[in-house]
Amino acid sequence: MTIIFVLIALQLIGEGIVQLSGLPVPGAIIGLILLYTILVVRGKISDEMSATSGFLLQNLGVLFVPAGVGVIAYLPMIAAQWWIIVLVLLASVCATIAITGLVVAKLSASGIEAVEAPAAS
Amino acid sequence: MNADRLVNGLEFLAATPLLWLSLTLGAYILAVTLNARCNKMPLLNPTLLAIAVVVAVLAATGTSYKRYFDGAQFVHFLLGPAIVAMAVPLYRHTDIIRKTAGALFAALGIGSLTAILSSVLIARSLGGGRELWLSMAPKSATAAISMAISGRVGGIPALTAVLTIATGIIGACLATYVLRLVGVKEWHARGFAMGLSSHGIATARAFQENELAGTFAGLGMALNGIATAVLVPVIIKLIDRVG
Repeated sequence: MTIIFVLIALQLIGEGIVQLSGLPVPGAIIGLILLYTILVVRGKISDEMSATSGFLLQNLGVLFVPAGVGVIAYLPMIAAQWWIIVLVLLASVCATIAITGLVVAKLSASGIEAVEAPAAS
Repeated sequence: MNADRLVNGLEFLAATPLLWLSLTLGAYILAVTLNARCNKMPLLNPTLLAIAVVVAVLAATGTSYKRYFDGAQFVHFLLGPAIVAMAVPLYRHTDIIRKTAGALFAALGIGSLTAILSSVLIARSLGGGRELWLSMAPKSATAAISMAISGRVGGIPALTAVLTIATGIIGACLATYVLRLVGVKEWHARGFAMGLSSHGIATARAFQENELAGTFAGLGMALNGIATAVLVPVIIKLIDRVG
């Protein structure tokens, strides 16, 4: 419970900072930076913090469902050009994933944890 | 119980947030169970399946999105605290981030450019209208950022929202196959590519695969939000000058 309070309070402070400064970033990102700073200063992660953040991040997928449902209402907007959109998104997303992944992998030092061979999901 | 009372009872339930909260969580649990049964196949993405179930229920019952969201917003609201919580795995993996910072920044520049240029150029070459490719340019950034950029450069923010969510779902469904095809096995590289290209929805997928992948996906998402905001206006100005 304390942790949920801390997360919400840090986001609130983040939103406040965004309002006052006009920074073009969401308040939650500022909250993330604040929490990171707190962790660096304290030098450790409490068990409760570890458990609560783990729970939220393991179930991150469900948090996008309400917004995703909302998108359906706008689907008629893309009706006329839907095939262009599908082609562009497929090509662009796959190219971006491949190029970004390859650049990070080729330029990183070796020895970082990897998928066990053969590459399964 | 007579029919009137039943109808009144259903009306009452439909007006409480509880019903739509239960539907959202229930649909997601169902989706996760189905996904687990199918060997966690990335194509059967739990977020996508849950959206499909909710949409089907709303359509079948004639429920408006507004009414649904009034209840489901409590789930939506947790997105902010979840992003703040990403500081925890970021702190835990500070060493690897520091060790790979050079690679990450190179990939951020190249990846962000690829995401923007490929969508704009392919859309133009296929005959897409100006409003379409302007709305498409920031699609890899997280929704809050992509919609703001779209509005600033003359795109349609609502269309960008659709394109952004679609980008996230495509990335979450296909990333595993694309990365296998090009032979990228390191979790940090896989995660960074997923978050950079397809923001939060792919980041959720990355966290399900591996914590290190999820951490780097969150990092890729945050950094590309900033990079996209800087690059899109510049690229559009350049394209307009070239014609």
